[in-house]
Amino acid sequence: MLFQELILKLDEFWARQGCVIQQPYDVEKGAGTMNPATFFRVLGPEPWRVAYVEPSRRPTDGRYGENPNRLQHYYQYQVILKPSPDDVIEVYLESLRSLGIDPLQHDIRFVEDNWESPTLGAWGLGWEVWLDGMEITQFTYFQQCGGYDLRPVSAEITYGLERIALFLQGVDSVFDIRWAEPSVAGAGSENEPPSGRMWTHRAVTYGEIHHQGEVQHSHYNFRVADTEFLFSLFEGYEKEAGRTLEAGLVLPAYDYVLKCSHTFNLLDARGAISVTERTGFIARIRALARACAQAYLRQREELGYPLLQESDRCAGAASAATGA
Amino acid sequence: MPDFLLEIGTEEIPARFLTETLTELGEKAAALLAAARLEHGALKTYGTPRRLVLFVAGVAEKQMPLVREIKGPPRRAAFDAQGRPTKAATGFARGQGIDVEALVVRPVGETEYVFAVKEEPGQPALQTLAEVCPRLITGLSFAKPMRWGDKELRFIRPIRWLVALYGDAVVDFSLDGLQPGRISRGHRFLSRGAVAVQNPADYFARMAENFVVVDPAERRQIIQEQLQALAAAACGAVPPDEQLLDDVVNLVEYPTAFCGGFPEKYLELPEAVLVTAMREHQRYFPVYGKDGRLLPRFIAVHNSAPEHTETIRKGNEQVLRARLADAAFFYHEDRLVSLASRVEGLKKVVYQEELGTLYDKTRRLVALVQHLGMLLEVSPEEAEAASRAALLSKADLLTSMVYEFPELQGVMGREYALKDGEPEAVAAALYEQYLPRFAGDKLPETAPGRILSIADKIDNLVGCFGIGLIPTGSQDPYALRRQALGICHIVLEGGLRFSLSDLIRRVHAEYQGRLKRGAGEVLADLAEFFKQRLRVIFGERGVLPEVTEAVLAAGADDLDAAYRRAAALQDFLEEPGFFDLHTAYTRAANLSRGAPGGEPDPAHFVDPAERRLYEAVERLRPVVMEAVTGRRYRDALERLSTLREPVDAFFDAVLVMDENPVRRENRLALLQAVVRLVHQVADLTRIPALRKD
Repeated sequence: MLFQELILKLDEFWARQGCVIQQPYDVEKGAGTMNPATFFRVLGPEPWRVAYVEPSRRPTDGRYGENPNRLQHYYQYQVILKPSPDDVIEVYLESLRSLGIDPLQHDIRFVEDNWESPTLGAWGLGWEVWLDGMEITQFTYFQQCGGYDLRPVSAEITYGLERIALFLQGVDSVFDIRWAEPSVAGAGSENEPPSGRMWTHRAVTYGEIHHQGEVQHSHYNFRVADTEFLFSLFEGYEKEAGRTLEAGLVLPAYDYVLKCSHTFNLLDARGAISVTERTGFIARIRALARACAQAYLRQREELGYPLLQESDRCAGAASAATGA
Repeated sequence: MPDFLLEIGTEEIPARFLTETLTELGEKAAALLAAARLEHGALKTYGTPRRLVLFVAGVAEKQMPLVREIKGPPRRAAFDAQGRPTKAATGFARGQGIDVEALVVRPVGETEYVFAVKEEPGQPALQTLAEVCPRLITGLSFAKPMRWGDKELRFIRPIRWLVALYGDAVVDFSLDGLQPGRISRGHRFLSRGAVAVQNPADYFARMAENFVVVDPAERRQIIQEQLQALAAAACGAVPPDEQLLDDVVNLVEYPTAFCGGFPEKYLELPEAVLVTAMREHQRYFPVYGKDGRLLPRFIAVHNSAPEHTETIRKGNEQVLRARLADAAFFYHEDRLVSLASRVEGLKKVVYQEELGTLYDKTRRLVALVQHLGMLLEVSPEEAEAASRAALLSKADLLTSMVYEFPELQGVMGREYALKDGEPEAVAAALYEQYLPRFAGDKLPETAPGRILSIADKIDNLVGCFGIGLIPTGSQDPYALRRQALGICHIVLEGGLRFSLSDLIRRVHAEYQGRLKRGAGEVLADLAEFFKQRLRVIFGERGVLPEVTEAVLAAGADDLDAAYRRAAALQDFLEEPGFFDLHTAYTRAANLSRGAPGGEPDPAHFVDPAERRLYEAVERLRPVVMEAVTGRRYRDALERLSTLREPVDAFFDAVLVMDENPVRRENRLALLQAVVRLVHQVADLTRIPALRKD
């Protein structure tokens, strides 16, 4: 299965499960959890189901494109099911079947792995899912976000797309993953040779699309980034986030929180964050994330929880009042 | 009598908690059944990642009746002179809902009271079990409980079904929307779905049919047998590894072991790297050849159908290849930069927020190993190796390999040091600094390793105690107890002599004002903390508790001496001399306790017995001190036991509590001189007189 097919299949599957298929959020971030479609939507009583691809950046994980398994930019496929349904694991396993992975023919295991994001004030309990020994998914029951206890609890399913593609294609380096291919890109009928539809006669690999990015960003992250400039950006973003939040604009404020987080990660990769400052920076971002969560909860309440079903309305209002 | 079965069907329970959870399930069930007065036969628990199972054989059909006696007014107030019940009696009987004639009289101490005797008949087991089950399930405690969906219930992982059967009947209760039934589920993939269970005994047959081995002991045996067969077939051996085996047993319901391999070129990686990648990250058993070296093989256990082993093996081999490729990449990259040139980078890494950077720590360690080297009189070569190792001690924390495999700290330090051309002694110390890593682990064998290991641990201890991070109860996140124990073991093993309090003060000074608690406070807490560790070690080595207390009460600043004193005293307990010593000491100590102190002045002696005792003490002091300095505590004890005769003579001849205060205090001071001398070994008031001849 091609890399692009993997995404298409998951979109199709989760759409059938009643998820909104959203798109990546257009601000750099470390993980799909930071997308407002997760960070905000898991808060409060309103039900929610969403799935989306999220390009994720971890500047310190850059390896100049020399390591076959490690990237400073990679893709997560993120699903949020709120509240977590009783058959959530069965549904997840069904999604693997839709990718052509038959659990009966493989060894699928749920191995304890608990997740925590100090910058988001979020944590949850769950597993990493092993497929014949390879970790392919993070499965988490969210317990807290933005410092708030979550009621109801959301299930977060995060697929590592590169890992799954490595497995399905049986290759050893992410850069060898076939992303697209003429025969599939054409998707024509049998009598119409599909290869003619694509601009190339051979497969396009993950490496062709992303290798240069890995090399260049690694150089930038580790050697070139202007730390003074980045520090001033952090200060500016932080100030702007606070100012915007005071104006009651939660969503734009949160954009600046994300920018703070990414800028911090860049500074960290560059080795520019001194030890005494480090926890301080994390605490500053967490304070902003928490303030955003608080403001968001208030706004949803003022809006009367528009996504709440009529039948849930009383129960929802009651549980919202008990938020931490 | 019918059996009872409770199955709590869950999503996958973390392997590390399964065993203790099953133990708790059994204990809590027994306690609740006892409290519910429900008699039963054997009680057993079983479990897999997806289920906690309680089986109780032969549960009584009804609770035992409950007989309660409720105390009423005294007999005098309950009956009048004619023996007729008073208002007090009738009111009490009415309140208890029984006839006044049914009241009985029982003595309570001197007085007689009336009692209402009430017998509640036992309710049927089905009803009682329905009350017990929810309490049992919600009563289990977990280190990390969670909520799920929109439920309030907390459990280790979501509960997805409940089976509760008493004989053929379903025990009916409700738990936050969960309702028990007779429908269980088999293996997540191999079973055909819902499994109806007729009764408790039937459960085990149904599970076996549906690819679930519910008994952890049985899974363990299956895995062990397969492991051995596979290892033999691969011409290798798998060393016993109980911890990994426990983990693997609790990760599967239906185990099948298989053997896989990896490319031989990766054998160039350090063995510890290969083992960590296999064992810690993938839960594979490494396979060793006849020569004791790793083979390019591993044995893993899967949870799927045996016929798919080939696919599963290929997948696992691919995963391991990727991990080893990573490791090889790190190993190559790391060696481009020497450990020595990484030291500067430690300025950017926090050791502990309030305790500064790893660079600060390195600087302290260099100073401490020099200090310890002098105290322990190591050779100049050893001192130099220890200093160099201290300088490099934390540099491997900056390598990619240790970033990726944190458990390889020290191990990679040794590897990379050797590649850098550092002396063997330096490389060995880098590894040994973290020993012992767990109870029963090996200890550092080289002098530089011992010194660095002690320095690293005492630096952690003083630092943490200095900022108030002191272990309490089960909370010891920095493993400080283990580190203090480690120091004790190293010191005792090597017979190392130094003053713990001097070392602690020295470390405190090296922190250069960073610690918010003063040296005195830290020292007092740590001295007590170390004594607690010595109690554990002495106990393990068979020292009687009262001997341990006697030694610790007299001081344990020199850890090695403390142990030798305890061992000598314990031996000496059996000797006739001990009775003499104990008698002399007790007589002297009992009378002089709390006296003002000071030195006895021979000018105030009146009786020759006073002078004789004084001379005996003066004669003994240098001899005892010499024995103590030479660590010949047995010798010291024997010498001290000769004090009995002059002490007895002293008490026979004089009245200590003389009316003349000068004489009195002088005699008390003399007795205290006896006590002080014995305290060179132990405070014998902690030992009761064991025998009298």
